[in-house]
Amino acid sequence: MTATHELPTNVNQTSEGGQELTSADVIAAGERLRELGAVLRLSENDAILAEREQVPDDETMIINMGPQHPSTHGVLRLMLELQGETVLRCKPIIGYLHTGMERTGEELSYLQGPTNVTRMDYAAPLFTELAFSLTVEKLLDIEVPERAIWIRMLMTEMNRISSHLLFMATNGMDLGAVSMMLYGWREREEALRFLQEVTGLRMNHNYIRPGGVAADLPDGWRDGVLRLLDMLPGRLAEYDTLLNQQPIFRERLQGVGAINADECLALGVTGPILRSTGYDWDLRRDMPYLAFDQVDFDVVVGSYGDCFDRYAIRLAEIHESMKIVRQCLEKMPKGDYRIQDKKVTPPPRARIDESMEALIHHFKIFTEGFKVPEGEAYVAIESPRGELGCYIVSDGSSNPYRMHVRAPSFVNLQTLPHLMHGSLVADAVAIISSVDPILGEVDR
Amino acid sequence: MFGGDPLLSGHVDLAVVLIVILKVVAVFAFLLVATMLMIWFERKVVSDFQNRVGPNTAGPFGILQTLADGIKFFFKEDLIPDRAERRVFILAPLLTVVPAFLLFTIVPFGGDFSNGHDGSVEIFGHTTYLQLADPAIGILFALAMSSIAVYGVMLAGWSSGSKYPLIGSVRASAQMVSYEAALGLSVCAVVLTTGTLSTHGIVMAQAGSGWGGFIPHWNLIAAGFVPFVVFLLASQAELNRPPFDLVEAEQELVGSYHTEYSSIRFALFFVAEFMNSVTMAAIIVTLFLGGPAGPVLLGPGWLWGVIWFLLKMTAFLFLFVWVRSTVPRVRYDQLMDLGWKVLIPLSLGWLLLLATFWVARDQHWNGFITVAIGAVVGLTGYGLLKASIATSKARRLEGVVD
Repeated sequence: MTATHELPTNVNQTSEGGQELTSADVIAAGERLRELGAVLRLSENDAILAEREQVPDDETMIINMGPQHPSTHGVLRLMLELQGETVLRCKPIIGYLHTGMERTGEELSYLQGPTNVTRMDYAAPLFTELAFSLTVEKLLDIEVPERAIWIRMLMTEMNRISSHLLFMATNGMDLGAVSMMLYGWREREEALRFLQEVTGLRMNHNYIRPGGVAADLPDGWRDGVLRLLDMLPGRLAEYDTLLNQQPIFRERLQGVGAINADECLALGVTGPILRSTGYDWDLRRDMPYLAFDQVDFDVVVGSYGDCFDRYAIRLAEIHESMKIVRQCLEKMPKGDYRIQDKKVTPPPRARIDESMEALIHHFKIFTEGFKVPEGEAYVAIESPRGELGCYIVSDGSSNPYRMHVRAPSFVNLQTLPHLMHGSLVADAVAIISSVDPILGEVDR
Repeated sequence: MFGGDPLLSGHVDLAVVLIVILKVVAVFAFLLVATMLMIWFERKVVSDFQNRVGPNTAGPFGILQTLADGIKFFFKEDLIPDRAERRVFILAPLLTVVPAFLLFTIVPFGGDFSNGHDGSVEIFGHTTYLQLADPAIGILFALAMSSIAVYGVMLAGWSSGSKYPLIGSVRASAQMVSYEAALGLSVCAVVLTTGTLSTHGIVMAQAGSGWGGFIPHWNLIAAGFVPFVVFLLASQAELNRPPFDLVEAEQELVGSYHTEYSSIRFALFFVAEFMNSVTMAAIIVTLFLGGPAGPVLLGPGWLWGVIWFLLKMTAFLFLFVWVRSTVPRVRYDQLMDLGWKVLIPLSLGWLLLLATFWVARDQHWNGFITVAIGAVVGLTGYGLLKASIATSKARRLEGVVD
């Protein structure tokens, strides 16, 4: 045997080689423009400017930020070219949290699916579960009961609150306001406590499943919601005092990392980043799913598209989510929390003891799962980070032929080179924070 | 040449030498204990601000936590990176710690300054001040020592042979050097008001029953609030404390200059930082709040000096911690703007105004006209500065100058 260390062919075919940022004079022009953050086609004037920006190589420093860095939100890795403190080029490198979740999804039955997808966006796990379940339901062509729809709305809005609170915490920490981090975590913990009361887990709930939700709301759930709704306004007012009225905080965020609506659309950016530019787009209102057409809430938009707008929008969205949660409390209908279709949902535990048929259904669902008709479907929802879509191709068997998740964090990450170009290192940290990527969702 | 301390003015015998050694040991021990308590105090107060418990296992209220950490640091593996400049790398932490110790030598920490007393005490039949040394150049020595401490940080970053520390060290040199100017100018205002460089003299000038019998003669009021505010802000930048802790900037530069340090060398940086906090609080108290001067209520007078000194110092240390747990970090360019465009012109202008008043008082000029002219000149200067900043910004935006 010869001791060659050739890589397997499939690695050779797919490998993109070392991902390092190379010096400016050896890379192709297109690559360089990407790293500079050019989004739209450059005008002649801009092209001349970009050309003029070419600085001698010995004046710049290429620095590696991440994957182990306190403010890259997990394992995001950025290669930055700095001139002094100014960021000239930026190259985000991802894949450090890649665990092949989409591929795993093809091996799991539709019933097991939510367990898998819930681990993608670990700060807002219910949203991926919801997107997956809605897609499967679309393929099955079933209607879930009213109560299940409203429970889903209640839970996802609660999850949106907890996710935005997490943003408040990390955004504060990235700017050096360490106390804010703990305040944010504190409130998030309250929100998670409610999620735990309902689903049994703080995160990775596996609660929203095809056909409904895993369990009905427990006794006293209203008290849990009301406790949070009573507590949050006061705490959010504290944030307002601590951050919004703090000149250093405003100086750090206002005018930093600005982007306009055209650039957002060219990059496929959605969520608070798109809304911060003043582009009025929220899937909950514009392409209603669940029962969002029956609740009253505002879509908050910004005007400058800078980091401060993105922060302010998220803060305002917490208020809007609370509004929706309050309406869920009032309008929560009675009835089943999951569809009574024996082919999709397992029979209640009590039925198994008395009915042979129930036992068989139970056994079949948990061993081979339920079959989904051939076809493909895509359903998108508004996650805290933007348009979260799930695309499933079914070949008629009990697990997906192909599952793809359109992760907003992944798409939004594209903005980093554009937002960072010409800003300072400290701004770079603020910008990563305001894009609010969740790396589990980016790498899937 | 030994300054104003009456201990050294006469014949120097063995007893005098012993007293000096005693004072050295006392100050050294005080600084170490104060630093230890300061670290504990900061952690405890910050955790209170943040709804946490903070250190609570080592000793009562976790007060021995710092000691435990220190012991642990001694037993940690000491790593020196291959690409580090070995000698400088080893020297740098010492360069930050030694000035931190020396800085405290000129601080008066006790003595009775009430009712015309000059703060001296009797030890073994010798009269002396409760401060380690009282050189005639007093406060200049403090400025010199805090400047030397910059070298420690700068060299640490440079010698690490790593990129993040390098950025940090560039930041450190720029930041500390520019805030040194504001610091020096606000000290000038104090020196102008009190007419002496000696720290003992500065305290003496602020002692006494005060205006109307109860408003103390503190420089805080006598020099106008401006130098105090400037000094307080600049000292925070000089100490690398939040919101001006850009040199460390955990979230940006991952600790920067001490990234590559480990074991006790790493700890030395922290000891120096907290020791500097303690010393800077002491110097602020000396310069602006009359140091140990204060009324004697009961018992020995010198002890009340120590008590007043510690109380005032603790108030400032609490303020430091409060600020740290509240405000976010400023950005590099904002820091430079604040230093060069606000603090330095402000303290310079105030110094000139103060000087005008003193000259006017000596020459018996008309007070009203002096104030009017001073205000007009000040406003003109402010306007010119504003205009020049606006022009340079406009030109930069046009791309005329890079």
